[in-house]
Amino acid sequence: MTFWNDPINFIGQWLQGLLIQWGVAPGVAQVIVLVLGAAILGVVGLVWVIFLIWYERKIIGRLQDRLGPNRVGPFGVFQAIADMLKIFTKEYITPDGADKVPYNLAPVLAVGGVLMMWGVVPFASRIIGADIGVAVLFVVAAGAIGELGILFAGWGSNNKYALLGAFRSVAQLISYEIPMVITLLIPVMFSGSLSLQTIVQQQTIWYALLAPIPALIFLITQIAEVGRAPFDLIEAESEIVAGFNIEYSGLKFGMFFVGEFLHAFTAALLFAVLFLGGWRGPFAEQIPFLGFIYLWIKTFLIYFLTVLIRGTVPRYRIDQMMDINWKLLTPLSLVMVLVTAVVFNLVKPVGSPWVTLAALLAANAVMGVITMQFLRGAARSRRRPMVAPSTIVVARPEPQNTQSNPE
Amino acid sequence: MTLSQVFFLAVAAITLFAAVMVVSTRRIMHAALWLVLSLFGVAVLFALLQSGFFAVVQVVVYIGAIAILIIFAVMLTRQVMLDVGPQLNRGWWIPAVLVAGLYAALVGVLSTWSQFQAQAGPLAPEANDLSRFGQALVDLNAYVIPFEIASVLLLGALIGSIFVASERKG
Repeated sequence: MTFWNDPINFIGQWLQGLLIQWGVAPGVAQVIVLVLGAAILGVVGLVWVIFLIWYERKIIGRLQDRLGPNRVGPFGVFQAIADMLKIFTKEYITPDGADKVPYNLAPVLAVGGVLMMWGVVPFASRIIGADIGVAVLFVVAAGAIGELGILFAGWGSNNKYALLGAFRSVAQLISYEIPMVITLLIPVMFSGSLSLQTIVQQQTIWYALLAPIPALIFLITQIAEVGRAPFDLIEAESEIVAGFNIEYSGLKFGMFFVGEFLHAFTAALLFAVLFLGGWRGPFAEQIPFLGFIYLWIKTFLIYFLTVLIRGTVPRYRIDQMMDINWKLLTPLSLVMVLVTAVVFNLVKPVGSPWVTLAALLAANAVMGVITMQFLRGAARSRRRPMVAPSTIVVARPEPQNTQSNPE
Repeated sequence: MTLSQVFFLAVAAITLFAAVMVVSTRRIMHAALWLVLSLFGVAVLFALLQSGFFAVVQVVVYIGAIAILIIFAVMLTRQVMLDVGPQLNRGWWIPAVLVAGLYAALVGVLSTWSQFQAQAGPLAPEANDLSRFGQALVDLNAYVIPFEIASVLLLGALIGSIFVASERKG
C-alpha cells in the first residue's frame, strides 16, 4: 500500500504506528485514530456543504436565466463563505415560551442525522467509515433521527406555524419512507446483504439497469425525503410562513439549511452506491482513490439531476403529494418487489448475468407499460367531468322550444 | 471494571433515569421526549451487546415510528401546554406493588441461572448472520407459526385502521 493508491488508510496506519511508537497502548491508539477519522469525516461533510451551496445556486441561477453568484472570487466560488461568515455574526433569538432543550437540540439532530449516513457509505474499496452488516437499515434509522429534529423544532418553537409545518413535513417524510424502504429491498435482494460495501461489490451490472423502475421510485422518494421542490411543502411561504424553522435565527437557522443541502447530496450519494455501482469502475479495485473519483462523478450526475428537477418542476399540492405516494409509489413498489423477486429467481439457474439483465429489463418494461396504462385511465376518468358539457337542465330562452316548458 | 462495563452502567443509568422521568414529568410532551431518550438508551445497550441488527431496528421501529406517532398524538391533543392535573390517583400503590413484585421475581429467577454473573464474551462469528435469522422465521421447525400469526395480526390492524379512518359513503 502506497500513499497515492490509498491515502486515507495510509495516513491512518502511519498515525496509529506513530502513536504506538510514542508509547500509547495499541487499543487506545486505535480508538484515537477512529475518533479522529470520524471527526475528519464530519468536518469534511460540513465544509463540503459550502461548495454545494455555491454549485446549486449557480445552476439554479442559470436555469432562471440569471448569472448566479459571480462577485466573490472566480465565478463567485467564495460567495457561500462570505454568507457563512455573515451568518456566524448574527444574533440568536430564542422566542418566549420556547421549550429550550428540544429547541436547541433540533438543528443538531437535523445535521447529525444526515452526517450519520456518511459513516456507513463506502467511498472506495477500502475507504469506509464502518462496514456494519446492517448499513441499509442504519441509513433508514438515521433518516428517522432527522425527522425527530423537525418535530423538536416544531414543538420547541412555541409557534403555531412552526407546529403546522412540523406536522406537514413529518407526515410527508413518514409517508415517503414506506416506498423508500420497500425499494431498498431490491438491492438487498440482489446482493443478499444489508451491508453497503457488499452491495457495491456485488454490482457487476448496475442495479439501476436491473431494476430501473424501483431505482426511479427510490430517486423520487429521496427527493421527497430531502423536502425540496417539487416536494417542498415543508417551506410553503405563502401558506405557513416558513414552516418548522420560522422561529430560528443565526447559525441555528443556517444549520437546517446545512442539513438540507447535505441531505440532498447524501441522497444522490446513496443512489449512486445502491443503484449505480458505487465506486466500481475500471481499476477501482487496485487504486482505491480512483474508485472515490468514480463515485463522485456518479453522485454529481444524480445531484445535478435533482437540482434540475428542483429548478424546473413546480410544487405539488399536499393532496397531490399524498396521492403520488399512496396511490402510485407504494403499490407500484410492492408489485415491483414481487415481480423482481420472481423473475430474478426464475432466471437465476441459467447463471448468465446477461440473461438476468434481459429478463429483468423486460419485466420492468412490461410493468412500466401497465403502470402508464393505469395512469392514463385514471387521468382520463378524472378529467372527463371537467370537459364534458354540463348536464344540468336549464330552461331555454327560445319560445319555440315546447319541451322544456310544457303547458 | 473494564471501560465497556463503565459505559454499560452509564448508559443503563441514563436509560432508567429517562424512564423514571417519563412517568414523573409534569408536561406530557416532555414525557414523550424522555421516552425517546429511554428508547435510544436501549438501542445503545443492544449495540454494546454486539447486536447491531437489534440496535438499528430499535431506532427504526421505536424512535422512527412509535415515538414519532406518540409525539404526533400528543401534539394533536388539546391543552398540552397547561397540564396541571394531579399526577397520581388513589390506586397508585397497586401497580407499585405489582412492579416491585415482578422485579423481585425476575431477579430471583435469573439469579438461579448459572450464567448470572458471567462476563459478556465475544460472540461467535455466525451469531450476527442475519440470513440465519431470516431463515428461522420461515422454518417449519422454528418460528414460522409465530411469524405468520404476527403478520396476520398486523394485516388485521392495517385493515382495521383503514376501516376506522375511511369516511362512510352512504
